[in-house]
Amino acid sequence: MSVERQQVLQLYTTNSSFASHVVAWAFHDGSDGCGPGIPDRGDASPYISGLDALRDGWRLIQMSQLLPPRSGDEHKVSYLPFEFVLERIVEIPEALPPNFEDNRGVH
Amino acid sequence: MAERKEATVDEPVRLTTLDMARFVADGYLRFDAVVPDELNRGVLEELSALLGRRSDDPGPFQPRSGTPLADCYPADSALRRVYELPVVAGAIRSLAGENPLFDHHAIHFNPAGSPRVQDLHCDAAIDSGDPTFDIQLFYFPRDVGEGEGGTRFVPGSHIRNIHENSVARYQHFAGEQFFSGPAGTILIFHQGMWHAGQANPSDKHRWMFKLRLNPTEPQVRLWDTSDYDEVTTGPWDHMFATTGEGRTVAAILRKMHPWSFDGEYRIETMERVRLWRYLSGDADFDVDWYRTRIEGRAGLLDGADA
Repeated sequence: MSVERQQVLQLYTTNSSFASHVVAWAFHDGSDGCGPGIPDRGDASPYISGLDALRDGWRLIQMSQLLPPRSGDEHKVSYLPFEFVLERIVEIPEALPPNFEDNRGVH
Repeated sequence: MAERKEATVDEPVRLTTLDMARFVADGYLRFDAVVPDELNRGVLEELSALLGRRSDDPGPFQPRSGTPLADCYPADSALRRVYELPVVAGAIRSLAGENPLFDHHAIHFNPAGSPRVQDLHCDAAIDSGDPTFDIQLFYFPRDVGEGEGGTRFVPGSHIRNIHENSVARYQHFAGEQFFSGPAGTILIFHQGMWHAGQANPSDKHRWMFKLRLNPTEPQVRLWDTSDYDEVTTGPWDHMFATTGEGRTVAAILRKMHPWSFDGEYRIETMERVRLWRYLSGDADFDVDWYRTRIEGRAGLLDGADA
């Protein structure tokens, strides 16, 4: 018996184009390692662009809005502005117990 | 590091203008094996004794926030001698002045094999919008080998105004670094540097001692400015016109980090210029004319608010 699990990929790109270069990323794997992973390119991003990820079977589910800067903040930088969220539904053999282990420390 | 003037024994060795420019562009400076082994061993003994004590437990190694750095640690302690080393003391004075105050310290001990990892964060809450800054010294009294989980940090992130661990969603950055280096290495971070402690997959315990300092005077030209005129160009220094390439402040502030690229690179440059104007006291300094052109047009309004 198999079950479905969601994998989520967040990509941050150099500009608002989905085809621009990926400069930061995060991968969350609901299959707990039982599904396919992401390409290992060492220190480089797993995908060169968002388009590259689509070609590997990912589906785009959200992109950040383009918002004008608030008055007074025109020349400030903060969070990465160009975020794309993708998902992939994978089948795994059977339901696994949730992994509640949390190794994050305090600051 | 740029070449420094010779200093007499125990005289602080201040940073150069180009060192300061690198701090502004990258958000940190690195001093490899600046602490000798004898002191590293002494510090490890002191830190071992401190480990597990409550931070509000008074004692000779538990200074209160607001204590002058010079009074924080016992005169004969290894820790005190570390911060009195000429290169370390000179860097502290160049960035935070003659009499910085102790904000807090923290012993980051991660035993061999520990999976404990921090989320990416910068320390403290959202800071003020002005360009003043604290510094944080990350001191590694033991070797940290490549792949052994030394502090992760994102060069250039310090100028981004964010709230503590709200950046935790960024698992990986192009160009991020994981500290590795010899015992006695100190990284000096701008307070805004995004960083995170990492798991320790090695078979040896990892130590890092963090010290945050608050400046008590304007951080204006506190470094060795003997090279200042030589490496400083005017606001005309424009990448599309006459570029002062090579060993200049402008060339360093133009640095493009791998995770930046075209999206916000020019605004990042403007923010670095803002920080450099504060540090140098030169309100006309600019790189690539970005601020100068806007400031020039502001005079055209003649009181009218368009």
